[in-house]
Amino acid sequence: MATETPPATAASAKGATRKGDRIFLGLSRGSGITLLAIMAAIAVFLTWRAALAIGADEANFLTSFEWDANADPPRFGIAVLAFGTVVSSVLAMVLAVPVAVGIALFISHYAPRKLAAPLGYVIDLLAAVPSIVYGLWGALFLVPHLTGLYTWMDTYLGWTGLFTYHGGAARSLFTVGILLAIMILPIVTNVSREVFRQSPKMQEEAALALGATRWEVIRMSVLPFGRSGVISASMLGLGRALGETMAVATVLSPSFLIKASLLEPGGGTFAQNIAAGFKEAGSTGRDALIASGLVLFVITLLVNGAARLIIARRKEYSGANA
Amino acid sequence: MAKRIDVSGLSAYYGSFRAIDDISMTVEPRSVTAFIGPSGCGKSTFLRTLNRMHEVTNGGRVEGKVMLDDEDLYGPGVDPVSVRRTVGMVFQRPNPFPTMSIYENVAAGLRLNGDHRKKDLDEIVERSLKGANLWNEVKDRLNRPGSGLSGGQQQRLCIARAIAVEPQVLLMDEPCSALDPISTLAIEDLIGELKSRFTIVIVTHNMQQAARVSDRTAFFNLAEVGAPGKLVEIDDTERIFSNPTVQATEDYISGRFG
Ligand SMILES: Nc1ncnc2c1ncn2[C@@H]1O[C@H](COP(=O)(O)OP(=O)(O)O)[C@@H](O)[C@H]1O
Ligand SMILES: [Mg+2]
Repeated sequence: MATETPPATAASAKGATRKGDRIFLGLSRGSGITLLAIMAAIAVFLTWRAALAIGADEANFLTSFEWDANADPPRFGIAVLAFGTVVSSVLAMVLAVPVAVGIALFISHYAPRKLAAPLGYVIDLLAAVPSIVYGLWGALFLVPHLTGLYTWMDTYLGWTGLFTYHGGAARSLFTVGILLAIMILPIVTNVSREVFRQSPKMQEEAALALGATRWEVIRMSVLPFGRSGVISASMLGLGRALGETMAVATVLSPSFLIKASLLEPGGGTFAQNIAAGFKEAGSTGRDALIASGLVLFVITLLVNGAARLIIARRKEYSGANA
Repeated sequence: MAKRIDVSGLSAYYGSFRAIDDISMTVEPRSVTAFIGPSGCGKSTFLRTLNRMHEVTNGGRVEGKVMLDDEDLYGPGVDPVSVRRTVGMVFQRPNPFPTMSIYENVAAGLRLNGDHRKKDLDEIVERSLKGANLWNEVKDRLNRPGSGLSGGQQQRLCIARAIAVEPQVLLMDEPCSALDPISTLAIEDLIGELKSRFTIVIVTHNMQQAARVSDRTAFFNLAEVGAPGKLVEIDDTERIFSNPTVQATEDYISGRFG
């Protein structure tokens, strides 16, 4: 039975090869080429417009704090946007990753099955909430409720200079960081949980048999195994945070200033600035925003490259014999 | 250093399924006891009740008594974690920690027991690797990952890891079944050396191996698939292989089933 099947399928496949395969080949090759062509066209277009804008820029594009792209002559720079984007995203990652890893470990290794499944489901749901909803929640709930925390931080951490606060609405980069942390928490948790769940039982038993407690088992076998997965998950989260638009635009009160204190309103991010400025921008203004978008793209690429480097460096120890 | 194991009336369950039923036996210190029997008769399950690893599987439950000298392993207030530090285990497939170096693998159990000074650690790691007949092969690459070793070397690394914490008992669940004949011989030699220091229990599918390495042999059997496994008899290895008391043992050993 089993030995007769292959020739039969081979024969029937042969009959269909000519037409079916050729059509499919043509279709897939055609769509591949089309896709590449479209992407190339977009890249060329964006780079060209960006180059136009940067050429017309009277200020230093990388270091200037101004954004008067619609003025004549236009003067704009991305320093404030780069600072705001990086600071809020890194803050989000620092806040979210430890919590996400904790929740993921709880679901994969601590919670009884009856609790783990619904908990995982709820977190899946959270990942599907549209970002504008988070933005509205941030503006209506988070911002008014953070003033207490801010006052506390000003009292005890104010001496660092990073956390001074003089009252007013908490529409700062720090609030953006917290909101972004909440937004990326589900995706980082989900990916980490899947990684931890695949941690090889063999090594967990090895640790147990040596007399490891549950936490020691996690430290000795689950975390080392999941390390590169958690890094990937964090980078996924960071990528989301870097590009997040609506939630930031809803919460932040933007300005083209870099403040030492993260709790003071002001600053901006690439995506938020594009969303806020695109409609009213003139032709050079739009090109300037496109140029800033390309910078965001480069930053995202760099982040991903760095993550790959970190993961590759540990490859030798990655559990080849599992 | 080595302790006597005294099992009485032991049954183990997976959920409501009884995998082994009413097992009683004594394992002498400083000896090798081999468990043989057909697949699924509960050898691994029984072995894992001896260091309280059985209960980490979902639904795993144990009834009965296991005494280690005069300590009741299932007594009230006994911490399974500390039991596992006294009763070491080597698994069917070599399972060194892949993210750790050879050195760190051997030191892993010691680090769990608290902070050891670097100098002591170096000494114990060297002693354990020598004890596992692996030192000469790895002494120049202690900081390389353990997963880079051959299967047989990995298994000896796991043995070194287990004996580094100086357990009273060493349990081995088919430690050679994933290895080539030469590595198997190396492990068998090693078992012969280790029995002067530890009480050793080894599960094996290979009857020649049981005959070669063990002083005592226990034969397990099950009436049918789905029925619980039982201890048929335990006796001196020579006797089991030459003149067993029970007919089923003779049938199994002479290859009439299993
Ligand atoms: N994790 C488990 N869950 C449920 N049943 C199990 C599990 N492990 C083993 N069993 C069952 O317990 C019985 C004994 O298995 P095992 O101890 O592995 O036998 P052996 O090692 O002698 O081959 C078998 O019927 C097996 O199917
Ligand atoms: Mg088994």
